[in-house]
Amino acid sequence: MRSQQQIIDDILNLAAAHFNVPRDELSPDDDFFEKLGIDSLQALELLTRLEHHFHIELPDYELQGVSSFRALAERIWARL
Amino acid sequence: MDMTTYRGETLSWSLRDQVFELELHRPPCNEIGSTTLSELEQFVEALGATDEARVLIIYSAEEAGFSAGADLRELYMRSRQMSEQERVAGVRQFLERIHRVMNAIDSAPLTTIAAVHGVTFGGGFELALTCDLIIADKLTRFCFPELRLGLIPGFGGIPRLKRDVGNAVVRDLLLTGRSINATRALAAGLISQVAAEGQVLRLARATAAQIKKFDPTTRAEAKRFIKPIPREELEREIDIFCHLFTRPAVEAGLRKFVERTDPLPYLP
Repeated sequence: MRSQQQIIDDILNLAAAHFNVPRDELSPDDDFFEKLGIDSLQALELLTRLEHHFHIELPDYELQGVSSFRALAERIWARL
Repeated sequence: MDMTTYRGETLSWSLRDQVFELELHRPPCNEIGSTTLSELEQFVEALGATDEARVLIIYSAEEAGFSAGADLRELYMRSRQMSEQERVAGVRQFLERIHRVMNAIDSAPLTTIAAVHGVTFGGGFELALTCDLIIADKLTRFCFPELRLGLIPGFGGIPRLKRDVGNAVVRDLLLTGRSINATRALAAGLISQVAAEGQVLRLARATAAQIKKFDPTTRAEAKRFIKPIPREELEREIDIFCHLFTRPAVEAGLRKFVERTDPLPYLP
């Protein structure tokens, strides 16, 4: 099973690749809306990419109150 | 008048090689308001005016997705200027018109394909559900978010979803308001194929080419036999929607959605 750190790394790599932000500019505690410059529609795209990558379902209501990559990783970890 | 091609404000269509292609192109994400409804009514008229077409493909040219559903901004702005009685009458009239469009597409004798991608929410999901086949880009998300506003889907969504998949799936989508991805939709039997990113229209056209090979009368008979229109439930849906619509909670929900400035209006 992946560790939370591995999950965070995967999320940051995936976000950097798909939203054209240099990987070294992303940190676990960044607000992903701000850092990636995405709106809610793009957040749904990120969610879908994460679901495919981790082979999980992550109901979007679980994103309520989640804005950092670290918190997102915790939600994913709970479903692996 | 040539009804086989049309370039409109919110949508366009063309008929080539026996395939009608209906393209939705109202930014940001094909919100369905009065202009889209009028143009869909024209499209249904065009559909009925030719017996040349064998297949219909509905798709979106908007990057964000197939459709985010009803134009809630227009609904809210219009209803604010009306008395309660006028509001109910106006909503009922809109719903009856959109149901006529949806029923016409649902029961059209040609084979219909929704080629969806991205956000396929509410009324957009309901439009896709009128089609015989749904082919989805792998990044598609399906959702009925209406309960967040104190409403139920009003464009025929529940009866059509119930026709296609198990009741547990309907309850999951309806009562949680969560969105599901294409993989889950495929597993639930909601969609027939998953396309790689950006390939959904190509897959839909390839499917149309296969469908065209079959005898049109046999195809139409098979469709009529297997895909009844749940008319009684559709009528009940309109009644329930209108009953719920006048409650203060709905106006508050619509206002909250329309006036939100945070980046999360499409998340629950």
